[in-house]
Amino acid sequence: MMSEKQIDEISGVETTGHEWDGITELNNPLPRWWLYFFYATIVWAIGYTILYPAWPLINSATTGILGYSSRASVADEMAKAEKVQEVYDKRIEEESLENILADQELRQFAVAGGSAAFKINCVQCHGSGAQGAAGYPNLNDDSWIWGGDINQIYQTVAHGVRFDGDDDTHFSEMPAFGDILDSQQIREVSAYVVSLTGAPSNPDLVEPGKQVFLDNCAACHGENAQGDIEQGAPNLADQIWLYAGTEADIAKQVRKPQHGVMPAWLGRLGESTAKQLAVFVHSLGGGQ
Amino acid sequence: MNFATETIIIAVGAFLALLGAAFAQDSLFAAHMWVLFFVLLCAVVVLLRMTTFTEDGVAVIAQDRSGYMDGVVRFGTIATVFWGVVGFLVGVVAAAQLAFPDLNIEPWFNFGRVRPLHTSAVIFAFGGNALIATSLYVVQRTTRARLFGGNLAWFVFWGYQLFIVMAATGYLLGITEGREYAEPEWYVDLWLTIVWVAYLLVFLGTILKRKEPHIYVANWFYLSFIVTIAMLHVVNNLSVPVSFLGVKSYSVFSGVQDALTQWWYGHNAVGFFLTAGFLGMMYYFIPKQANRPVYSYRLSIIHFWALIFLYIWAGPHHLHYTALPDWAQTLGMVFSIMLWMPSWGGMINGLMTLSGAWDKIRTDPIIRMMVIAVAFYGMSTFEGPMMSIKAVNSLSHYTDWTIGHVHSGALGWVGMISFGAVYFLVPKLWHRERLYSLRMVNWHFWLATLGIVIYAAVMWVAGIQQGLMWREYDSQGFLVYSFAETVAAMKPYYIVRTLGGLLYLAGGIVMAYNVTMTILGHQRQETPIPGSQPVAQPA
Repeated sequence: MMSEKQIDEISGVETTGHEWDGITELNNPLPRWWLYFFYATIVWAIGYTILYPAWPLINSATTGILGYSSRASVADEMAKAEKVQEVYDKRIEEESLENILADQELRQFAVAGGSAAFKINCVQCHGSGAQGAAGYPNLNDDSWIWGGDINQIYQTVAHGVRFDGDDDTHFSEMPAFGDILDSQQIREVSAYVVSLTGAPSNPDLVEPGKQVFLDNCAACHGENAQGDIEQGAPNLADQIWLYAGTEADIAKQVRKPQHGVMPAWLGRLGESTAKQLAVFVHSLGGGQ
Repeated sequence: MNFATETIIIAVGAFLALLGAAFAQDSLFAAHMWVLFFVLLCAVVVLLRMTTFTEDGVAVIAQDRSGYMDGVVRFGTIATVFWGVVGFLVGVVAAAQLAFPDLNIEPWFNFGRVRPLHTSAVIFAFGGNALIATSLYVVQRTTRARLFGGNLAWFVFWGYQLFIVMAATGYLLGITEGREYAEPEWYVDLWLTIVWVAYLLVFLGTILKRKEPHIYVANWFYLSFIVTIAMLHVVNNLSVPVSFLGVKSYSVFSGVQDALTQWWYGHNAVGFFLTAGFLGMMYYFIPKQANRPVYSYRLSIIHFWALIFLYIWAGPHHLHYTALPDWAQTLGMVFSIMLWMPSWGGMINGLMTLSGAWDKIRTDPIIRMMVIAVAFYGMSTFEGPMMSIKAVNSLSHYTDWTIGHVHSGALGWVGMISFGAVYFLVPKLWHRERLYSLRMVNWHFWLATLGIVIYAAVMWVAGIQQGLMWREYDSQGFLVYSFAETVAAMKPYYIVRTLGGLLYLAGGIVMAYNVTMTILGHQRQETPIPGSQPVAQPA
């Protein structure tokens, strides 16, 4: 039903005269502020497209009078960042690790850089707090399988452990004693190793276990089971375990040892970053 | 026998699904065809049970008292409420999975499958049914014509539900095109295309046979939504199936062209599905519920054309700082900025329609729902252009800020305006004097509003923190945080966000109960809200 134009009583505004299902429309003008804001955004848009790459042409697009390009802009930022770090990187590459530790400024830079590199490359295995996990050593403590002075840490970071692609990688492999000892002997030696940590264990097994240990294990792990970093033989007389420290776990490792692999990082990250990583790990608290 | 043709066609469809399962090239297609077979089989059984052997079976079906075709709107309204609650529930599950990863139940219920289930359930199942139901209601009232095409509207409704079921079961089975908001594979896409063209025919046909001289503004918006979604859906899903009896297909676009096509689609799914369509809803239900004229006819014309012209170009802002050429990024950004006022035109027209009836915000919880919807619409259509600015985007992109933005629009605007429309429609469609309980609408309002505010605020804080952590450099020029650390920092926010979602879900359940009781013909004995008239408005 088409109604005539009329005045809405409440607002005093004329309607358009249309009506649908009881709905009418007021003939209010566009709100001025709305219109001016709309115009302003259009003017701004045109201005922006003159300044920045915008209008597509047949084979290219206008480049804008500011000559901006997001690719060039990111390359520029990267170059600036690299330039700031370049001086330090160069010095770190040239200086010995001892000198880096001695130089307050270099050391600070190396710890910061090592921390950033650690978060990207190392946390996947060693954990975000370098706390380690079963099979992956904790880097915060004093126990070092391959040595905890700065050069030893660097050697491990740079060349890895049992890593195929690096000739200088650490290499050691504990034999599978499941082929050498009988079950009783493995039980005995495991009980003996547990007793070294101060944990309670069956004295009937510990006594003969000590002899088994001296005959078979002491060559690498040492007579007192204190380990040997030259061979990467862990200290067994402390309470820090790479895998797990129960008698059953130890027996399992004796029978058929697991051998973890760590990649060599020197080739991948370069000299400066590898050194920074070493300084960072050294700074975590266990560095010697 | 009635429904003879329909029953036969669906039975043949069920048989073809069985053949599809038998000759499938991969196990997923076979599984999906089994799903289709059982769904169609159920449909055949239901249709057979509806058969009557009276002289004229059709006459048994009661004619609508309104003289319009309202049966399909009734079903659509129920579907809206049902899928709404389902979609919110799945959203809460997805949110909880982010906070507590142990809730990822492999393989069917891990986050990767639950997330598209949630987005499709709320956008396409809840939002889509709300749009179909309200558009078919509104177009009949504002043209004074029954729906064009007779039972074609029923095909649209049931065909759309089949699309939803096939899409949802496909996600859980692990069938996906990997295109955000367009995850269903090629055969489900083809089906939706057929349904959508039928929808267009019903809607456009009704407008063409209208008995009013002019086309009401709500119908412009509904029509622009239907036409544009058809175009977006077809282009973005152009793909080549590996086999006609297998799930996998490959997009005809590749590389950055593919990405741009996807975000042209993705952004306009927001622009035309979640904005234009729901503006159509707003333009009918707010004037009706407030019983006031639309504020400005001129504003509605200008903001309509400006909105649909500008929206379609804004998609590239989803690809800032990517391989997309700079010129396209610039255009995406400036069109988004220009879109700000056209979007606000709708907000102004919606809010100012209440002038002369502002007191109803206090007395009518349905109006209050509609007003908060428009307020959230205004807020997110300011936030959107702001986030499209490259400098802002460099902080906000890929963070939870985006999630917060989407939800202030989806929960606030789309959800609330739909709830308002449902509460308006249900008493009218079922010829009830009033809703079961207006006080429960009030409860729904506060639960939902509180839920949205918690959700959006938490995601803003989370997103900005996340963005700042990602770009935090120390004085030596090194990144301070690892990615995993920024994920860990999100945990408290994710937990609170889940609580926000739970509140919103609780509101949805209150609505479902209220609507069910209204349909069943009950009226809750309660003290009226002070100042509200307990009488229903004239239909």
